[in-house]
Amino acid sequence: MIDKRVYDFDSALDGMTDGATIMSAGFGAAGAPQELLEAVLDRGYRDLVIISNNAGEGERGLIRLLKEKRIAKVVCSFPTSSNSEVTKELYAAGLLELEIVPQGTLSERMRAGGAGIGGFYTPTSVNTPLAEGKEVRTIDGKDYVLEFPLTADFAFIKAREADRWGNLTYNLSARGFGPTMAMAAKATIVQVDRFVELGEIDPEQVITPGIYVDRVMEVEAS
Amino acid sequence: MAKLTRKQIAWRVAQDIPEGAYVNLGIGAPEMVVNYLPDDREVIIHSENGLLGMGPTPPPGEENPDLINAGKKPVTLVDGGSISHHTDSFAMIRGGHIDICVLGAFQVSQSGDLANWATLDNSRPPGVGGAMDLAVGAKNVFVITDHCTRDGQPKLLEKCSYPLTGSGVVTRVYSDHALIDVRDNSFIVREIVEDLSEEELREITGAALVFADDCVTLKTPDL
Repeated sequence: MIDKRVYDFDSALDGMTDGATIMSAGFGAAGAPQELLEAVLDRGYRDLVIISNNAGEGERGLIRLLKEKRIAKVVCSFPTSSNSEVTKELYAAGLLELEIVPQGTLSERMRAGGAGIGGFYTPTSVNTPLAEGKEVRTIDGKDYVLEFPLTADFAFIKAREADRWGNLTYNLSARGFGPTMAMAAKATIVQVDRFVELGEIDPEQVITPGIYVDRVMEVEAS
Repeated sequence: MAKLTRKQIAWRVAQDIPEGAYVNLGIGAPEMVVNYLPDDREVIIHSENGLLGMGPTPPPGEENPDLINAGKKPVTLVDGGSISHHTDSFAMIRGGHIDICVLGAFQVSQSGDLANWATLDNSRPPGVGGAMDLAVGAKNVFVITDHCTRDGQPKLLEKCSYPLTGSGVVTRVYSDHALIDVRDNSFIVREIVEDLSEEELREITGAALVFADDCVTLKTPDL
C-alpha cells in the first residue's frame, strides 16, 4: 500500500544534510512552510542553499535560519520587505550570498527542472544586468535570454489537504510556487493542514498530483 | 504651480483602462488605480502571485493571511476570480495576456527604457520581483511617477543611468505634471497640468519633449 504520510519531523526530514539545496514555497508568509524550516533549524543543519521568492520576513522560518547563520546562499526574486531587517544586515555585512532571479524566470526555471527541459529562452531581463553573461538569441525579430533549469535536493511546501498518495490541494494565494517546486526536487516534503482519505479530493480539484510528492505531514499551525 | 497628488495620478490612469481589460497593478501607487475605476467598466485585476479577479481590501477582521496581493497586503477575490500557481501566473504575464500593467519608476527614457528595481547603491540588497517579467510581457506598460526625484532631479531622461528593468517597454507615463506618451524614441506630451507652461515642463525633464498638436490641460477631481 502506498502511504506517503509521516507523523514526525525526523521522518519528514529523512536524508537532510548540511549543504542541502532546499526549495521553500511561499510568497511572503502565504504558503511558507515555517514549521518544516524550523525543524531543519532545530536539527542543526547548516550551509543551506535556499531557493525561495523572498529571503525571509517577519519572525518565522527563513528569517530564523538566517539569524542563526545557517544559510549560505539564497536564490530569490525579491529578498527583502518592510520587515526583514536581518536579511538586510547580513547582506550589508557580506555574510549572505544572494542570486537575484526575475520572479517569472525563477518559477519557469524550476518548471524546466521538473519537466525535463534543458533550458529555455525568455524575453525577461533582456538588456538588463540580470542578462549579463547569458546567451541572447533573436527569434522572429525579438531578443530572448537563455536560462537553465533549477532543481533541488528538497522542496518544502505548505498545502491544505493531502491524501496518502500525496495528492494536494492548496489555500488561495498560498498555492504560489508549491506546484512547481513539487516537480523540481529530488524529495518533496509537504506540510498540510489536514489529511483526507483517498478519494475524498475530487480528481478535478487535485492541484498537485501525488507523483510529485514524497512525504506529507499534518502540521498544526504554530 | 499645481502638481497632481498620487491619488489624482491614479485617478487619471484609471480613466484610460478600457472595459474588459486584464490589468496588473504594481506595488505602491499603482495599487491605488483600482479605487478610481469608473463604475460602468468591468476590469479584471491580475496579481503576480496568482490572483485573477482580485477584489478590494477586506473589512477589518476579515483578512485572510493566505489571500494577499503582490505587495503582501490582504485582498479579496471578486465573483469569477481564480487562483493560479506562480508559473501559470507568469505565463499570463510573459505570454502577452495582460493588456495593461501599471508600474512605478526610478527613471524612464525617451526610448521607453524602464529603471525601477535597483539604484547604484550596492549596500542594500536589490530585489526585482516580477517587474522584469511585467515590463516585457504586458501589452502596455503605464508608469506612475513623480516628474522629478525628491531632490529635484528629472526622472524622464534621454537615457537611464540606473540598471534597467526592461528596454523599450514603457508606452505611457503619468507624472504629477503631465501625461506623456513614449513613441518613436520621443516623449510626446498629451496633457499638461493647469498653470504649467511648456517651457517649465521642459526645464524639469531630462530629455526633449514633443507637444502633441491636440495637447490639452490635465484635469482631475480634487482627491
